[in-house]
Amino acid sequence: MNLTAQFEVNGREQRVSTDAKRTLLDVLREDLGLTGTKFGCGEGQCRACTVLIDGKAVQACQTTMDEVDGRKIETIEGLANAGKLHPVQEAFIAEGAMQCGYCVPGMVMATVGLFRRNPKPTAAEITAGLNGNLCRCCGYVNVLKAVQRAAQIRKEGR
Amino acid sequence: MKTPLTELEFTEPERYEQYEGPFYHFELSRREFIATLGAGLVISVATPSAFAQRAGRGAEQAASLAQRLHIGVDGVVTVLTSKVEVGQGSRTQLTQAAAGELHVAIERLRLVMGDTAGPDDGGTAGSATTPRSVPAIRKACAATRQLLLDTAATAFTVEAGNLSVRDGKVEGLPPGKQFSYADLASERHAEALKQNVAPGVAIKEVAAWHVLGTSVPCVNGVEIVTGAHRYPSDIVRPGMVYGKVLRPASYGAKLEEIDLGPAKATPDVIAVRDGDFVGFTAPTSFAAEQARNAAAKTAKWTSPANVSSDELHTHLRAKASGRSRPEKRGNADEAFQNAAKVLRETYNIAYIQHAPMEPRAAVAEWNGDQLTVWTGSQQPARVRQDLAQSLRIPTERVRVIVPDTGGGFGGKHSGEAAVEAARLAREARQPVSVRWSREEEFTWAYFRPAGVIDVAGGLDAKGGLMAWEHVNFNSGSSAIASPYQIPNVTTEFKDCEQPLRSGSYRALASTANVFARESFMDELAAATDADPLEFRLRHLTNERLRNVLLAATERFGWHGAWKKNSSRQTTGIGLACGIEKGSFAACCAKIEVNTDGTFKVLKVVEAFECGAIQNPANLKAQVEGCIIMGLGGALTEETRFKNGAMLNASFRSYRVPRFKDVPEIETVLVNRPDLPSVGAGETPIIGIAPAIANALFHAAQSRIRSLPIRNESFWYA
Repeated sequence: MNLTAQFEVNGREQRVSTDAKRTLLDVLREDLGLTGTKFGCGEGQCRACTVLIDGKAVQACQTTMDEVDGRKIETIEGLANAGKLHPVQEAFIAEGAMQCGYCVPGMVMATVGLFRRNPKPTAAEITAGLNGNLCRCCGYVNVLKAVQRAAQIRKEGR
Repeated sequence: MKTPLTELEFTEPERYEQYEGPFYHFELSRREFIATLGAGLVISVATPSAFAQRAGRGAEQAASLAQRLHIGVDGVVTVLTSKVEVGQGSRTQLTQAAAGELHVAIERLRLVMGDTAGPDDGGTAGSATTPRSVPAIRKACAATRQLLLDTAATAFTVEAGNLSVRDGKVEGLPPGKQFSYADLASERHAEALKQNVAPGVAIKEVAAWHVLGTSVPCVNGVEIVTGAHRYPSDIVRPGMVYGKVLRPASYGAKLEEIDLGPAKATPDVIAVRDGDFVGFTAPTSFAAEQARNAAAKTAKWTSPANVSSDELHTHLRAKASGRSRPEKRGNADEAFQNAAKVLRETYNIAYIQHAPMEPRAAVAEWNGDQLTVWTGSQQPARVRQDLAQSLRIPTERVRVIVPDTGGGFGGKHSGEAAVEAARLAREARQPVSVRWSREEEFTWAYFRPAGVIDVAGGLDAKGGLMAWEHVNFNSGSSAIASPYQIPNVTTEFKDCEQPLRSGSYRALASTANVFARESFMDELAAATDADPLEFRLRHLTNERLRNVLLAATERFGWHGAWKKNSSRQTTGIGLACGIEKGSFAACCAKIEVNTDGTFKVLKVVEAFECGAIQNPANLKAQVEGCIIMGLGGALTEETRFKNGAMLNASFRSYRVPRFKDVPEIETVLVNRPDLPSVGAGETPIIGIAPAIANALFHAAQSRIRSLPIRNESFWYA
């Protein structure tokens, strides 16, 4: 069944007519050309497809088009501002928190989402908050360092 | 301009790294690349063909000139290699290698990887990029720097020996004169360049490294954190449609009939049946999947009988073929008869999946009879051969490009998605993107082979090891040779008829063989009431392995922490060590047993030595990645199957390590600037599972002899 959904992606209005049961992930990648959000499993088990919907970290592969009308969506492509990287992106680079890097957009978006709901997370809250984001290169040590670095910068108000 | 330079490359294939041929056999029904880099100078370097490398022949028979470097008129240098980046850090490392010899800033260098239009210096396997490709690229770049100096010397009538290169520019020229790589690339010096650079140009000694040896960060980090990098599954071509492929109902199932009528009648959907291959294309992957799923309901299959994972190890032992490769030293049979004490045990290893974050993906595009495929593979040249063979077209008409890919771990040596996309694109007359689902990746990608390993040890009256036997059924021969000093040894690898498609893996069979050997060494130590560290050291003369073992145990605080337990304890410590692919690893682990009998890994210390360290930060990340990936294979990862179907083809039920599983980790990177650098992406994984199993024995006094250990409480903690 087709529908027309109107929603905002990275500050821009989008209007998409498509099958109601297509996932937001497919539409972002195939219709809107936003391939920064990754497909990892299609079943909500790896969080490579994490985006923010109305400020909350959500798995785009588990979100269908009949759920996005009127919502504000943020993807990895919208995070840097006029070429200046977001502090979380800076922290991932500073800590070398990437090997193949395929999980990184989802990790970064999950971190941004975590900071929105918990501006000053402890180390344990960071681990718990990111636990569903998988990295098969298993670069978890540097990712944790990156998120802690970004959290520290937030705490210090830098 | 051709600048011959001879470079020998040779990588010995492991059994499971060998070519298995294309995934499909369809029924019947080169262009110039370097030109796209623009004006400039092309430096060709002699490289042996990858075919000759695999056949084990020397460079003298195989050398052919290949375009290795391009210097643009803007001074930007492009280096070409068939090696690929799948997360091991080779793009950054090879860029460092080039920058260090060219004396060009990292930012002025481009690395074109994994493009079959470039040189073929083999696939990305066996940790070979560091020992083989780094020197090859360094030599080509050193020769190019010499070319710059010689050309400048001729142009300004000065001694080349008085000149040097800094940041891409020649220094030491007469006042007011300038010369750079950009000048070298300009037409003006075409005549001067018609000389060959002498082979054998020296590359820098480790002491003179200024780029290699430093922690250069990932060169395309910004593209990765902004989502701008296009992985194979992100490639989009004009007019591209999406493809989905029908998978067999079970392993080995044959398709008897299927009704493609409804799919063919659907607007914008194309359905193809070609032998056992059935695929669909549509403007969206959703529509292609709907077409595929609807057709699948009409499919009739005949399914052969299949072994299940429950009976796997009995099956493998029963199905060992006559082909085996025994190796003997001394007389093990006689030594076992004379031994004061003999122990024999069997260790079982499960099939596991690589499960890279990016499942197999490819985009295929035909231009007339020319085919271009973008795909994630560690073997671009093999994929090119697969495409040519299965589509029945000349290899010269196929170009394979491997964008930096979302994970490999030895799991992407094949080109299934590439062949599927190409077959569908020929029918659709449009570019086609095929991206495997997670379930397809878990089910239809090849597995790390399962195995059964028998080990026996004979001790003399003083507790010294005098006899050793190690027999591996099916899982491979890597690290089957013991590094310990034992006078009488027999090792044997037996090929078996196995139920699943198997291939390479991170460190491959050494994950299994080292688990068996290091567990058994622990059993022998316990049988003689010896400290497991002392027992190993007593039988170990290899200096490099001793060094990492001592480094790891010292950092871990083994002395003082280990004592013989005569009853169950809540914590335990264990260690393991080994050699693989020329590098040396030793691990210590500490575990804690919970009141319900499950356990948690509290701490892992690993010491690792791979010669001269080329990028310390990347090396540390690779070791940490291996430690944590190793936890998966040790504790939870296991492919379960029954009646030809996977039972856990999902991250729900195939549990991989997560943030909460990460123990306290310490790495000790032992630098040996006096020794050649070797690869580090694989070997650090080998000691994790046995160190944990040995720690469990230390605490619980019960011995684990199979992988995974199946610590069920780890599931969704």
